[in-house]
Amino acid sequence: MPQVTLTVNGKSASVEVEARTLLVELLRESLRLTGTHVGCDTSQCGACVVHVDGKSVKSCTMLAVQADGCSVTTIEGLAAADGTLHPMQEMFREHHALQCGFCTPGMVMSAIDLVKSNPQGLTEEEIRHGLEGNLCRCTGYHNIVKAIAAAAPLMNATPAE
Amino acid sequence: MYDFTYQKPASLPDAVKALGTEDAKALAGGMTFIPVLKQRLNKPSVVVDLAKLGLTGITVTGDTVTIGAMTTHETVANSAEVKRAIPGLADLAANIGDKEVRHRGTIGGSLANNDPSACYPSALLALGGTVKTDRRTISADDYFQGMFTTALEPDEVITEVSFPIPQKAAYAKFRNPASRYAMVGVFVAKGPKGVRVAITGAGQNGVFRHAGLEAALAANWSADACKGVSTPADGLNSDIHASAEYRAHLIGVMAGRAVTAAG
Repeated sequence: MPQVTLTVNGKSASVEVEARTLLVELLRESLRLTGTHVGCDTSQCGACVVHVDGKSVKSCTMLAVQADGCSVTTIEGLAAADGTLHPMQEMFREHHALQCGFCTPGMVMSAIDLVKSNPQGLTEEEIRHGLEGNLCRCTGYHNIVKAIAAAAPLMNATPAE
Repeated sequence: MYDFTYQKPASLPDAVKALGTEDAKALAGGMTFIPVLKQRLNKPSVVVDLAKLGLTGITVTGDTVTIGAMTTHETVANSAEVKRAIPGLADLAANIGDKEVRHRGTIGGSLANNDPSACYPSALLALGGTVKTDRRTISADDYFQGMFTTALEPDEVITEVSFPIPQKAAYAKFRNPASRYAMVGVFVAKGPKGVRVAITGAGQNGVFRHAGLEAALAANWSADACKGVSTPADGLNSDIHASAEYRAHLIGVMAGRAVTAAG
């Protein structure tokens, strides 16, 4: 079976997987990082979004073997070692941007990429467009958009992931 | 998903050789192929990942934009050079799928798959571009051969795609609100090859040129000119999202919007 060696949340991992193993399966089942969720399994809902080499991707639509040699960040890799939340997580909490929380890990990971790739700032419309790949069934999105708008200046002031 | 053998060759000849294996399939960005595998609609013996072949990058010369086959939609969408040379092409790439799909999906993968609702085929056909492979160059007019069907041989790998720079071009898409695929997408171009109009999302045989709209726009490049052109519903797709008649109507509407966007 193929051996996949990758860095996950700053730690090196080497895992033997079947070629057909999805990246999300490696994360959840081999590494037990269950913060990354599987919602639709058809690349539409975005609950499985993680960062691969700094870019947001749907880990249910990427093979684990494709991530060989890559650096992956999941929702578990955002908070500081002392538990201090990432500014995006903190703003999701502050603005009540989640209800059931199922979509939240993917939302947060997408939102961080969105802010990072738009250092000039984001309009509300741009935030909504940037979240097209993430579905939420309970918040109605308004508070998610507010949280991202609030987190953007904080992230730009303190570059961190 | 059925299991398979995974290969990631480091050279183009090795990739072509690997694809010569029976039931081997190429993997580009995987944004269509991996869902297909998950649904067990395809059962390859070998999956050949093209990611290590160095087929990325964008080159713009005086009259041509050339894009490496493994260049992602996001890279095309954000390229200052593409935005300057063919803004309609950058705009098309910026609205494929969603951000996460655009981070992985590639121009070569989209064209090799030739989904009847994909966006890129309409740009290649309307701009009169060319597909370069490991062994030859194929013009857009010869490349598309029906839905999910192209002139490519089973072991043939697209290396780059070239577009002649038009005077004016734009793409307008009526999106399926869930998948973002085109229910109808119209790419209009006025350039060295004359006025060409390509329609995606609508035809039962995939992307096609629209002679009526081309004639009308050659005579009068304006959104108004599209209004007088009717499209027969024969041969158009009818599904849960839209009837053939609705798609026929949308073709004229989206053509008008594309012409307005092109200026």
